[in-house]
Amino acid sequence: MRKLYIGALSVAALTFAVGCSVQLAKTWGKYEVEDRRSGYTYRIAETRRIQDDDFENPGMMWVDEGSSLWGTKDGKAGKACASCHNDASATMAKAGTEYPKFNSKTGKMQNLEQRINQCRTKNMEAKAFKWESSQMLGMTTFVRHQSRGQAMNVKVDGDAAAFFKKGENFYNERRGQLDMSCSNCHEDNAGNMARADMLSQGHSNGFPTYRLKWQKVGSLHRRFRGCDKNIRATPFEYGSDEYVNLEFYLAWRGRGLPVETPSVRN
Amino acid sequence: MANVKARVKAPKTVKKGEIFEVKSLITHKMESGQRKGKDGKKIPRQIINKFVCSYNGKDVFSSNWHGAVSANPYLSFHIKAVESGSLDLTWTDDSGAVFKKSTKIKVT
Repeated sequence: MRKLYIGALSVAALTFAVGCSVQLAKTWGKYEVEDRRSGYTYRIAETRRIQDDDFENPGMMWVDEGSSLWGTKDGKAGKACASCHNDASATMAKAGTEYPKFNSKTGKMQNLEQRINQCRTKNMEAKAFKWESSQMLGMTTFVRHQSRGQAMNVKVDGDAAAFFKKGENFYNERRGQLDMSCSNCHEDNAGNMARADMLSQGHSNGFPTYRLKWQKVGSLHRRFRGCDKNIRATPFEYGSDEYVNLEFYLAWRGRGLPVETPSVRN
Repeated sequence: MANVKARVKAPKTVKKGEIFEVKSLITHKMESGQRKGKDGKKIPRQIINKFVCSYNGKDVFSSNWHGAVSANPYLSFHIKAVESGSLDLTWTDDSGAVFKKSTKIKVT
C-alpha cells in the first residue's frame, strides 16, 4: 500500500514538472529577439488584447488624426507632407526603425519629432508643432505606424558613435535623490515588481504609446520625464540633447524588436 | 484630442435572426470632476452619461454611464438582426453635447 502511495506521488511530481517546463518554454514570437523582450510581453492579457485589435486600440485614433494632417496644406509655402513625401505607406515605411539619425547640419542626433518640425518650419514655412500636442502626437504616431512590424535598426557607427556613447552613459548613470540609473530597474530588475507594477526591459519599440494611466497617447520623452520624476531627479526638457541621445541608445538596445506603434501599455 | 471622433464597426451583411456584435469607440476626455486645476478649483465633471443605439429608429440598446469610465471609452454589445437598415449610435455628455455615428447593415 505504501509503495503504491509513493508511486502515485511520483507520477504527480512528474506531471507537475512537465507542466512547469511547458510554462517556461512559452515563447513570445516576434515580441522576443534573443534576450530582448518587448514591453508587450510584460503586460497582462487584457492590455495585450486591446493592442491586438486595431479597432479596440484607442491609439489608432491618433493614427487617423496624423493621417488627415499628412494631406492637409499648412504654412506659407502651401505644402502638405504629402506634397513631397506622397504616399506615407511607401515613403515612411522605414522611418520608424531608423530614427534618431545623425543630422550633419546641426551636428547632433535628430529624432522623429524634431525631423517633422524641421520639415514644417523650413520646407512648409509653417509653425512648429508643440511637443505633446495632439497634432505632434498624431503625426509621430502616424509616421511610426507605417513601420509597424519592422525591426528596429538604427545606425550607431560613424558620426553617431559619440552620441551613442553619451546615451549609453546616461542610461547607466545614477541620478536623483534615489540615486538610481535606468539600468537599475530595466536591466537588474526587469520582470520584478515595483510596488504593483511589473518592470519591463524598457524598450522603446512601442512608442508613441497609448498608456492607460495617461488615458491618451504619449511620447517617449514624456515617459522619460515620468521615470526621472519617479527617481526624484529633475526631468530634462522635451527634445533635450540628453533625451535624444538616450532615445538613440534605447533604439539600439531594442534592435530587432518590431515597431509596435501605437502600442497599449498600463 | 480636441475633436470628438467616434467610430463603429458592425458586419456589413448578417443573416436574419442572427445575433451580431457591434463595436464602438469614441474619443472623449471623460473629465471625472475629481481633479483640481492649476488655480486649485475643481474641474467640473464632463463625462458621457448616456449611450443609445437605435436600429431603424427603434432603441435596441441603451445605457446610463456614471463615474469611473475611462477616457476614450470602448463599448461592444450584441443585437439581433431583424431587417436591413441603419444602426444609429448616440453619445450624450454632461454639457448636453450629442455625438452621433451611424452604420448600415444588410440583412439577408
